[in-house]
Amino acid sequence: MILSVRDLAVRFATDGGVVRAVDGVSFDLDEGEILAIVGESGSGKSVTAQTLLGLTRAPNATITGSVEFDGQDLIELDDERFREIRGKRIAMIFQDPMTSLNPVYRVGHQIVEMIRAHGKVSKKDAQDKAVELLRSVGIPNPERRVQDYPHEFSGGMRQRVMIAMALALDPDVLIADEPTTALDVTVQAQILRLLDQLNRERGLAVVLITHDLGVVAEIADRVAVMYAGQIVEDATLEDIFYDPQHPYTWGLLGSLPRLDQPRPARLAQIAGSPPSLLNPPAGCRFAARCPHEFDKCSQPPPLDGDRCWLDPADKRRLRDVDGHIGLRKDVAS
Amino acid sequence: MLRFVARRLTGMIAVLFAISVIVFLIFNVIPNSNPAIRIAGKNANPELIARVSADLGLDQPLWVQYLTLMKKIFTGTLTSYASAQNVTDQIWRGLPATLSLTIGAAVLWMVLAVVFGYLSAIHSGRFTDRALTILSLVGISMPVFWLAAILLYFFTFKVQLFPTSSYVPLTTDPLRWASHLILPWLTLAVLYVGFYSRVLRSNMLDVMNEDYVRTARAKGLPERQVRIRHVLRNSMIPIVTLFGLDFGAVVGGGAILTETVFNINGVGLYAGRAIGSLDLPPLVGVTIFGAFFIVFFNTVVDILYAFLDPRIRLGEAAAA
Repeated sequence: MILSVRDLAVRFATDGGVVRAVDGVSFDLDEGEILAIVGESGSGKSVTAQTLLGLTRAPNATITGSVEFDGQDLIELDDERFREIRGKRIAMIFQDPMTSLNPVYRVGHQIVEMIRAHGKVSKKDAQDKAVELLRSVGIPNPERRVQDYPHEFSGGMRQRVMIAMALALDPDVLIADEPTTALDVTVQAQILRLLDQLNRERGLAVVLITHDLGVVAEIADRVAVMYAGQIVEDATLEDIFYDPQHPYTWGLLGSLPRLDQPRPARLAQIAGSPPSLLNPPAGCRFAARCPHEFDKCSQPPPLDGDRCWLDPADKRRLRDVDGHIGLRKDVAS
Repeated sequence: MLRFVARRLTGMIAVLFAISVIVFLIFNVIPNSNPAIRIAGKNANPELIARVSADLGLDQPLWVQYLTLMKKIFTGTLTSYASAQNVTDQIWRGLPATLSLTIGAAVLWMVLAVVFGYLSAIHSGRFTDRALTILSLVGISMPVFWLAAILLYFFTFKVQLFPTSSYVPLTTDPLRWASHLILPWLTLAVLYVGFYSRVLRSNMLDVMNEDYVRTARAKGLPERQVRIRHVLRNSMIPIVTLFGLDFGAVVGGGAILTETVFNINGVGLYAGRAIGSLDLPPLVGVTIFGAFFIVFFNTVVDILYAFLDPRIRLGEAAAA
């Protein structure tokens, strides 16, 4: 196990009150594993990811819980020690490659700058390394491209630059915050393939934040489903798609357009909207939107396994009655 | 890039031409009795008026009048009829003092504005920020002539820390040059320090929320490096534009008040005296001179901009 998150909570003080953006999240990341954290906008998945790198530290933020990495608790780490981990041990790439690179510096410089921030390396060596990195992520003509500015790259190429930069110091963990959301579908597939390849060849552990179950199915080993600041279900890729336990996961899967079934008049959706994180309900946070809500749901749901009060037999029955939940194994391959 | 520079320079010449036409129209053509009377100055007598008319070809068609005026300006033969001094000579004579004043003030205001704006932004909302905000508002609000008089009163009369006004050429004695200019530099800089530090502060607060700043942090760069190389560097782009405009304007006549109060024999003081004695030819000369500086520095900024922000170079290449 390389990264162990326990009871992580991130609260932001705002004018409207305290927002509990992340509220008691726990998960583990194994060496060489790709863990996908999925959820809709505002579910706290990006805040979780950024907190792993200390990027949510701010005067108005309260961060509690623990993030165990390499024998130390990152939450307790002071800024200077944390800086040594950022980029070097845990690297991150972001959603929008268009805005994630500084427009006024050459991409080579931006990679060199990172290499040199973490050790005494000559400019020349760092520059050579940058060329190699660009080559390794599949950027053609890296010797020339290293001198280009970010705006001279396409979106997909820019994301490759971001990935090259993230790999510069051979980190143990890569946090990818919606890395394909801003890209078009064919480029998405290329970037995912690249991440998958890096995972297999370098044993790079990846935390992949996404709202796209298609992306998840493509490369994840394990999936944590987040809803309203909590993880409601954490299971293997197989189980999430073929044996989902939480009604919210059913809803997510049910709202996927299916090629193996007749086209519906309109896409299925989960009725209602998530609760306010200013003052979330004490019981199950999904209860208000759940078609299977019953009296127990007003109490805080169990913390082991999925956060749902239904008993397993009921779940299987209800899921099958719903009819549109879970991909049939014989059809999906 | 060369094309870009060439086009900017062409544009600059076009603007200067337009300005010269407007200046000509304002001074020579606006209908209000005989322009020769105005140009001749306060001590006009019939012979002088006749000479002015002949000199400037005021009986000729307008375009000939325009050309005559321009010829006088460009050959440096424009003279003041009231003081019998050559206008170009006077401007040249005043230029070292004016440049000493304005360049020094500009360095001062940029350095202080960057320091104050930077501190204000990184301590945003806290005591340092509030204190600097109040200071800069005070700076912006103080009239130059008042501030100059107050500084003179306290630092040369009461405390006698600095010598009284007037200008000592740099080549004569660099130390005295500087000590004579410190108060004028301060006076001229205060307004801009206040204004620029406010603009820089808000630029920096905007840039701090940019994704690439988050990337810089995620890369593990030291916080100082994030703030200076990424936040400050990108926040300076609009400041450079402002600086080009303001510096041009200050050289081209914006220092009239400061030069007058501190009795610095520069272009501004020359213009101020010409205004005081309603002497038109120096005003024509100074106006054209001022316009030249403003337009020139604008062009310099345009070109500099392309170096500061590489995206502009691409835009130009695509357009070309």
